[in-house]
Amino acid sequence: MSEFNGFKKVLNNPFSRRSFLKLSAVAAGTTALVGCSSSLKTISENTVAADDGIKIIPTTGPNNCGGRCVIKAHVKDNVIMRISTDTETDDPRNPQIRACVRGRSYRKYFLSPDRLKYPMKRVGKRGEGKFERITWEEAVETIASEIKRIGKEYGPGSRYVNYAWGYNAQIHPMNLSKRLLALDGGYLQFYNTYSTAATSFATPYTYGTASTGNTPDDWVNSKLLILWGFNPAETIHGSQTMYRLRQAKEAGAKIIVVDPRYTDTAVGFADEWIPLLPTTDNAVMDAMAYVMITENLHDQAFLDKYCLGFDEEHMPEGIYAGNSYKSYVLGESDGVPKTPEWAEKISKVPATTIRHLAREYATNKPAALIQGWGPQRHAYGEQPVRGATVLAAMTGNVGIYGGWASGAGYAGRQRIGSIPIGENPVKAKISCFLWTDAIVRGTEMGAKDGVQGADRLPANIKLIMNTAGNTLINQHSDINKTAEILQDESLVEFIVCSDLFMSPSAKFADILLPGNSFFERNNIGTPWGYGDYVMYANKVIDNLYESRSEYDWLVEVADKLGFKDKFTMGNETEEDWCRYVVAKTQENHPEFPSYDEFKKRGVYKWFYDKPYVAFKKQIEDPENNPFPTPSGKIEIFSQRLYEMNEPKEIPAVPKYISSWEGPEDPLTEKYPLQCIGWHYKRRSHSTHDNNPWMEEAARQEMWMNPEDAKARGIKTGDKAKVFNDRGTTIIPVLVTSRIMPGVVAIPQGGWYQPNEKGEDIRGSINVLTSLRPTPLAKGNPQHTNLVEVIKQ
Amino acid sequence: MTQKGFYFDMTACIGCKTCQIACKDKNDLKVGVLYRKVSSFEGGKFPKPWMYHLSMSCNHCAKPKCVENCPTGALYKRADGIVAQDIEKCIGCKYCIWSCPYGAPQYKEDQGKVGKCDMCADLLDKGENPACVDACVMRVIQYGELDELKQKYQGTQDLAVLPESNITKPSVLINAKPVAEKGA
Repeated sequence: MSEFNGFKKVLNNPFSRRSFLKLSAVAAGTTALVGCSSSLKTISENTVAADDGIKIIPTTGPNNCGGRCVIKAHVKDNVIMRISTDTETDDPRNPQIRACVRGRSYRKYFLSPDRLKYPMKRVGKRGEGKFERITWEEAVETIASEIKRIGKEYGPGSRYVNYAWGYNAQIHPMNLSKRLLALDGGYLQFYNTYSTAATSFATPYTYGTASTGNTPDDWVNSKLLILWGFNPAETIHGSQTMYRLRQAKEAGAKIIVVDPRYTDTAVGFADEWIPLLPTTDNAVMDAMAYVMITENLHDQAFLDKYCLGFDEEHMPEGIYAGNSYKSYVLGESDGVPKTPEWAEKISKVPATTIRHLAREYATNKPAALIQGWGPQRHAYGEQPVRGATVLAAMTGNVGIYGGWASGAGYAGRQRIGSIPIGENPVKAKISCFLWTDAIVRGTEMGAKDGVQGADRLPANIKLIMNTAGNTLINQHSDINKTAEILQDESLVEFIVCSDLFMSPSAKFADILLPGNSFFERNNIGTPWGYGDYVMYANKVIDNLYESRSEYDWLVEVADKLGFKDKFTMGNETEEDWCRYVVAKTQENHPEFPSYDEFKKRGVYKWFYDKPYVAFKKQIEDPENNPFPTPSGKIEIFSQRLYEMNEPKEIPAVPKYISSWEGPEDPLTEKYPLQCIGWHYKRRSHSTHDNNPWMEEAARQEMWMNPEDAKARGIKTGDKAKVFNDRGTTIIPVLVTSRIMPGVVAIPQGGWYQPNEKGEDIRGSINVLTSLRPTPLAKGNPQHTNLVEVIKQ
Repeated sequence: MTQKGFYFDMTACIGCKTCQIACKDKNDLKVGVLYRKVSSFEGGKFPKPWMYHLSMSCNHCAKPKCVENCPTGALYKRADGIVAQDIEKCIGCKYCIWSCPYGAPQYKEDQGKVGKCDMCADLLDKGENPACVDACVMRVIQYGELDELKQKYQGTQDLAVLPESNITKPSVLINAKPVAEKGA
């Protein structure tokens, strides 16, 4: 009996009841204030049987989600009664595109009484969150006049469209804002993403392109899958990816997960879990290479034929001896052989485990070492990216079925149309991570800050358009510093935000506009990551409250600025643009169905007989198909990197670089724990943080190993203060053996909520993260943080 | 009388809780009320932790204690074995909640009544699948005639964390990870 009482206790988890009564009460209280109760009314359970009048309308979720899934809205009288997902044939060649936990909770999330209801202007200090209702006319007038004023006063390059992927589809609010400013003289552009800066930037130094992935239908051909910091059970990383992994496992693939955490993916599939300390990936990779070389397990013929810079015999002309990867690994250049014992001290991976991993990878061909993007969001994130590409080459797993070239791993077989942004007259570009620098010292920024297209930035940032994004505060690094910069109204003079909720970023708006959700607009959605399909996101219900899509009001701003026709190109509505996108897609794919047929079905799937394999041509016929690198080879040694002359931080061959705020930093005396983030299944970045169903499913909590918890007197459920010199966050702790000692992990995306002392109380990791960019890509080092934790 | 049941393949479950949320959406359930719940169990020591997930709803038992102890007859067994509820007859006395060893019936504060999984009987009657079955990203939840499920899949009705199956004869078949098996 005690056993099943224990089970009942688990089933009736008291957390969900107590904490959420409060949240529900707030939500219920607000319902009375809004004028759309019909859209929010509840249905009694199991009464959907009466089919009368229920329409099933296909659409797809728009967030920067990791998935892009079939959402079918069951609608009656402008009310969404429930959601279902893909019910077309579950063909193993292109399986059903089933919605994950995030997609299934959209109804609870987007049809919320907490939605922003009308346009507002700021009345308190910036960031304070005090606003006053205004009309749409006033909002549009203010935005247009500020765009004009600031453009005139500081030049068009002072206007910036912030990185914003809260709405990620072919009609993309961020791109529409860029299109608007491009037509008005231009704006400061950015490159990179917060997700993949280092891998997108560094992978091409090896292969000449970041499109290094096979399509996932190829995984069934692998004997071994090494998932290195790759956790699609939570990131999703393509709506069919986890099912593809299941197919691979059933086809006999062995799966090894390398990650500081025993992830949900590892729980589901791993035959082995190899934990390592964050920032030490390259120590393990270098030692794997050492094992392969010293045990003669590497594919020398492959390296000789296709690669540059593996050994001294295959180096570019004019490079001094000792610069090859092999010389580095064997310690011939620096006197430090990269033995497994050397790597064990750094990474805490036992030398025997490293030997075993190296032998497994080298002797099970074909094998795929698939990198997630966590390891590259680190201080020296370029190195693990390049390190794994070298291992893929050393094992001869490039360009073959069942192999994997490593690096960014992008793969796509379709060309879907999109809306043109237009020519931007301002040529200067910054890394998207350095916009706060560009506010404070933009005109001082040049090449060494990663500025592209100009010697210096023409102006500091004075105006920000932040349409459907939370990177203005929550998803950028060092929230406290960022808030301080934004609060100074002499720096950025005008911020317009469009959002669904009063998010941490929305609070920093001068003009705050209520966006509508994807249920309320038409769009076209493409796969996130992998997938051979495209989706029509049908408008399902009318706008809630006074909300509007960004396109709607941007057209009015364009009209005020005098170029409405140029902005719309005759496309009055988003549906008109959908027709445009479909027409462009049809040009690329003559087999594509008619607009009406596509809209009605909601999804179009392509079927292929064989997987796509990256670099197949280059491997099968190298004479006629050189790699798109300067040498035409796989560049293990990169002359381009060599010529940057920054060998310590930008080495020409991938190397382990002892990281600031890594395990070897003397700062560990003050802040002994490494704090990483991860993408939590219950959120898409910061989206869904305020979704009560999702908090019930997976609450915000920090993982900590029992050893570290015991030393601090912390038990599961205790609240802890996590802090460093940049800030403090307060968060409940989960004490678990699923994370290695010395490391704590906070799921990213919790909404920054400062208390009166300025401490965040929602476990928002970015109060702890640093604004220091990676050396080459100028990317965000979001997982490189030293902290201390004390019981609250 | 036939008996419908669920099959759950724990070995490929990733604990994503999509089934739980799909169920809440289908049945429009408030926070705190779960007709289907994913529970996770963890043990072992670093660097050898273990974990498994259990997705469970009403098990539509062959000998349902909830039906036996319902004083108003609100709970009843359909001809296909589904434990269904006549909501009009429910007086919210919670006897069913106390009787069920699996924690399946759920009290709904706002209505003063109990609700539970009925295997999406309305969908089944239309020839569709239960919401959780069609939702599972990993395809680890199936339903059907229990006898046929037993022929098709390996599985057990007893786990270390569950009550003895002979108490209520649950109509569920679980392909368990070894660590979850009874006596593990």
